[in-house]
Amino acid sequence: MELILFYISSAVAVFATVMMISGLNAVHSLLYLILSLLAIGILFFLLGAHFAAVLEVIIYAGAIMVIFVFVIMMLNQGQKTVDQERVWLTPGLWIGPSLLALVLLGEVLVVIAVGGTAETGQLVNSKQVGVALYGPYLLAVELASMLLLAGLVGAYHLGKPMIKKTRQGRDL
Amino acid sequence: MMKAGIGSAADIIGILISAIFVAAMLIWVERRLLAVWQDRLGPNRVGPFGLLQVVADMIKMFFKEDWIPPFADKPVFVLAPTIVFITMLTGFAVIPFAPGVGIIDFNFGLLYFLALTSLSVYSVVLAGYASNNKYSLLGGLRAAAQTVSYEVFMGISIMGVVMLAGTFNLREIVEAQRDGWFIIPQFVGFIVFLVAVIAESRRAPFDLPEAEQELIGGFHTEYSGMKFGMFFVGEYLGVTLSSAMIVTLFFGGWLGPWLPPLVWFCLKTAVCIMFFILLRGSLPRLRYDQLMAYGWKVMLPVALLNLLVTGAVALTLHG
Repeated sequence: MELILFYISSAVAVFATVMMISGLNAVHSLLYLILSLLAIGILFFLLGAHFAAVLEVIIYAGAIMVIFVFVIMMLNQGQKTVDQERVWLTPGLWIGPSLLALVLLGEVLVVIAVGGTAETGQLVNSKQVGVALYGPYLLAVELASMLLLAGLVGAYHLGKPMIKKTRQGRDL
Repeated sequence: MMKAGIGSAADIIGILISAIFVAAMLIWVERRLLAVWQDRLGPNRVGPFGLLQVVADMIKMFFKEDWIPPFADKPVFVLAPTIVFITMLTGFAVIPFAPGVGIIDFNFGLLYFLALTSLSVYSVVLAGYASNNKYSLLGGLRAAAQTVSYEVFMGISIMGVVMLAGTFNLREIVEAQRDGWFIIPQFVGFIVFLVAVIAESRRAPFDLPEAEQELIGGFHTEYSGMKFGMFFVGEYLGVTLSSAMIVTLFFGGWLGPWLPPLVWFCLKTAVCIMFFILLRGSLPRLRYDQLMAYGWKVMLPVALLNLLVTGAVALTLHG
């Protein structure tokens, strides 16, 4: 039963990702990407990583993708970008990435055929994640937070002149 | 994961039907209660006390022309209203109604709720985009910014509860409140969560995405018939779900003397829903920059401080 569910959601994930890459309309592509992330969330759930599954949905599908949609809506270009994409996405462009993807597919097939990695699935609870993050990986967490802080300061700096302009023009 | 008594067919169907029924009835309850508080009568013509008003509204919506604007992005336009309906309805899966009553006993129930609320925003955002209309787009943009901002401290505000209970499992959180409801040690967390939940369900005073006076109908300007109805009922489903979550996290869920647990749960949730409605009748709408400043400059620091203090107290007491 779980195996069938696993393969169904894997198929959905692969199909959605292909549709995301080959789509011409930016918002439709994003919707496929969200679908693909949700499918991967289900895969995590089926493998027993419940915490990762929920986080995948909250962070990727629920927060980051909303911001992507937000930006694309702000730049609402409509038909113009679809035509532009059609010009850019010529068949010749597909050859390189497709060949590289084929190499990966070959590797996956070899791994499956050899049967090297046995299933080592186990339930990971949130406490273990927290202990790992703030124990051995504390340095990585600190570095990531510094990177985010740099992004925050940068965004604040970029946003500053805009505020001044609106103040001069009209009251906020 | 599953325990006996939870997740039987009767539970699933019963919860599904009662959730939709409550959400539909809230259309009448809201109008009637607001009227009472504003010294009016409200809808009282159809049936006893106007109870059949919901049926009348439904018939009207079913028979209205279901119009899709020719300039709209059709597949997304049709998809958008179903998202809020489905996410809110599946949210009821983790709600612990009473011992033995519920759909699933999930270890990360609280995170599951957060995941679904963060997904439900797509409904409004995509509706705003797909309508291809300036007012709708503005509504959608406001909704995206508002929900992403308020989601941040919604998650942080309930981490105090998680720390005290030591689990994300909603049933265990309720059980942990036997000695006292979490509203007392987590009062600040409760206030922040309440504000965030109201903002997430896009109700007054945070109803900027639809703001009738400035954006016509905001994200649902172009929607009619059953598609509008889905947004409408989806909003009430959100209110019911949020009230159930508030009761579970801060008011001891099903716990209470004398009455059976399920009755306690429903009573508390009903009071909470009425509070939501009263709020709409009493507070004016915020301005957009006020909304953002309030979220990031007041609520976020308060939530973080609450987290810090709770952690420190928990460490000194137990560690």
